[in-house]
Amino acid sequence: MAKRKIISGNHAVAEAAIKAGCRFFAGYPITPSSEIAEKLSEVLPKYGGRFIQMEDELASMGAVIGASLTGAKVLTATSGPGFSLKQENLGFAIMAEIPVVVVNVQRGGPSTGLPTFTSQQDLMQARWGRHGDQEIIVLMPDSVQETYDLTIRAFNLAEKYRTPVILLSDEVISHMSEPVDIPDEVEIVDRAKPDVPPEEYYPFDSSKGLVPPLAPYGTGYRYHITGLNHDKTGFPSNDPEIVHNQMLRKLNKIRKNTDDIVEVEEFKLKGAKYAIFALGSVGRTAKQTVINLRKEGVPIGVFRPKTLWPFPEKEIIELGKKVEKIFVIELNYGQIIGEVERWVSKYTEVEWYGRATGRLIPPREIGAFIKEKIE
Amino acid sequence: MKTEIVKKYLRLDKMPTVWCPGCGHGIIMGSLLRALELRGRSKNDIALVSGIGCSSRTPGYVDVHTLHTTHGRAIAFATGIKMMKPDMSVIVVMGDGDCAAIGGNHFIHAARRNMDITAVVYNNGIYGMTGGQVSPTTPYDAFATTAPYGQMEPPFDIVELALGAGATYVARSSVHNVPKLDELIVKGIKNNGFSVIDVITPCPIAYGRRNKLTADPMKNMQWVKEVTVPRKKAEEMSEEELRGKWITGVFRDVEHVGLVNLYIELEEKLKRAKENKGEEA
Ligand SMILES: Cc1ncc(C[n+]2csc(CCOP(=O)(O)OP(=O)(O)O)c2C)c(N)n1
Ligand code: SF4
Repeated sequence: MAKRKIISGNHAVAEAAIKAGCRFFAGYPITPSSEIAEKLSEVLPKYGGRFIQMEDELASMGAVIGASLTGAKVLTATSGPGFSLKQENLGFAIMAEIPVVVVNVQRGGPSTGLPTFTSQQDLMQARWGRHGDQEIIVLMPDSVQETYDLTIRAFNLAEKYRTPVILLSDEVISHMSEPVDIPDEVEIVDRAKPDVPPEEYYPFDSSKGLVPPLAPYGTGYRYHITGLNHDKTGFPSNDPEIVHNQMLRKLNKIRKNTDDIVEVEEFKLKGAKYAIFALGSVGRTAKQTVINLRKEGVPIGVFRPKTLWPFPEKEIIELGKKVEKIFVIELNYGQIIGEVERWVSKYTEVEWYGRATGRLIPPREIGAFIKEKIE
Repeated sequence: MKTEIVKKYLRLDKMPTVWCPGCGHGIIMGSLLRALELRGRSKNDIALVSGIGCSSRTPGYVDVHTLHTTHGRAIAFATGIKMMKPDMSVIVVMGDGDCAAIGGNHFIHAARRNMDITAVVYNNGIYGMTGGQVSPTTPYDAFATTAPYGQMEPPFDIVELALGAGATYVARSSVHNVPKLDELIVKGIKNNGFSVIDVITPCPIAYGRRNKLTADPMKNMQWVKEVTVPRKKAEEMSEEELRGKWITGVFRDVEHVGLVNLYIELEEKLKRAKENKGEEA
């Protein structure tokens, strides 16, 4: 029996984190994410977990990586400026393949921007904010319920693929309160443990598949971790072949598992001639737009990736083959449009509408734009 | 005997080290290994964390849990380990740039929290790894690749910094006095709080060559001897005589409960409160 509760998006992150088995949080306060830290500072010690407010976001990111190496499930949460500061150590977690969950509650930017208002301006920072080549998993919720569900999924994916996962929320979703069904039981994934004795264990052993097991500190497995390119043992290597093969494995563990990682929502797309491409909170206004336009006889639906990265390439190509036009609506000045066009411009037309003024774009405005373009 | 101890903790297959001839970093690592033996913990209960720099290559050579992180951030990573594994001995090694420039914020806050971590600072007054730029501890007037006219800024005193920020064990030694260094590191590891051991060490290649010491290891070691003064002797010296010198010795050694233990106490209190509530109901 699920329990129904009315909570905010940020509290949903905190509750889901506990449910998923998170036992360590390190963070630095920033609007509109601080309620996650506040809630967890109260709740974690009651579950045998630990909380620390660090001196900045670089430190918070470092601390969660250290804690994860002990075998704990870990979380940090931030917003725009803090997300920028986390990038270097986030890159370390990608290189060293350490499971961590990072929440970025998007606010207006660049710089201090609009601290208390929403935006979707970090889509590309989430994807490419670090130097170097990499794949990263980024999930975007459109409701408080989905924030809860995707937070649990974020922990599971982080453990399964031994990688950082970003939950990319935004101010609207994080601060609004909605009823949430809290399930009694959820599926929990724990990272793979070594199946060999310490002498035979290598933390980056490609012969163990795309995701080699990570031994927790203090269990008898002593190994080396570095942000330098490394061989299977974890020690630095600049041998071109080793560098190449390790890089490919790290990329392929995500690339070859997109079917498992990617989730999209399709709303009234059956038989639709047009589609709105929407992410996160824009999904809500997009759905209302579709309801309005359908009343006027426009055959339109919504395509909403819950997994932003890896990008749902296959799914959007399918969509592109079916509809005459895709309307990309963004709370920024044109970020994901490029990615959408990259996959579908061969098959269909793409129109863009958006801005980042801190507010959602009302459905009637989106509707008017769409009608103008299809007449 | 001493060699045997060092060998016990080394990853011998990773030898030789990346360090230049005459570099003091290996001497500090030797002291650290003997201190581990004296502390007497299992290798499985020790984590050795570093940032980036020549000094930060130490963990690669030591057979414990080793983590080579990002420049300046070792203490942050170590904090996460210690919070979740309070029973582990967590040691951080870092260069002066790692500690007092890019990582300065983490250093002072770990001291303020009295995080039970031992920080060993390989203080060579220069950025070794990147080829000899000034560091926050480069002596006034010394030359560096980014101070071609001489350093115009005064150096940080890492001991004063640690004392001011609240570290509970603070000491300084040098690679010229190895038995003392062994002893200070053991004490630091035993301390139940944030410990800092500032170690004055030479970098013949990036510092010595530019500062009239040449790359000659002996001349650089002689310089270490000249710039370090034991506390007792320093008390009899004038301010003028002490200019440009590093005072060595133990500057603080106190018992004071740190964050990790306070947190464990809190958890127990919350558990008891919950049990009591259960009984009442
Ligand atoms: C974020 C970042 N900035 C700069 C560097 C380049 N860098 C590497 S080591 C180093 C300084 C090393 O000096 P120190 O910490 O004193 O250690 P030493 O090499 O002298 O032992 C710098 C600036 C880096 N790796 N990362
Ligand atoms: S550059 Fe200096 S600090 Fe680095 S290894 Fe050489 S002597 Fe040591």
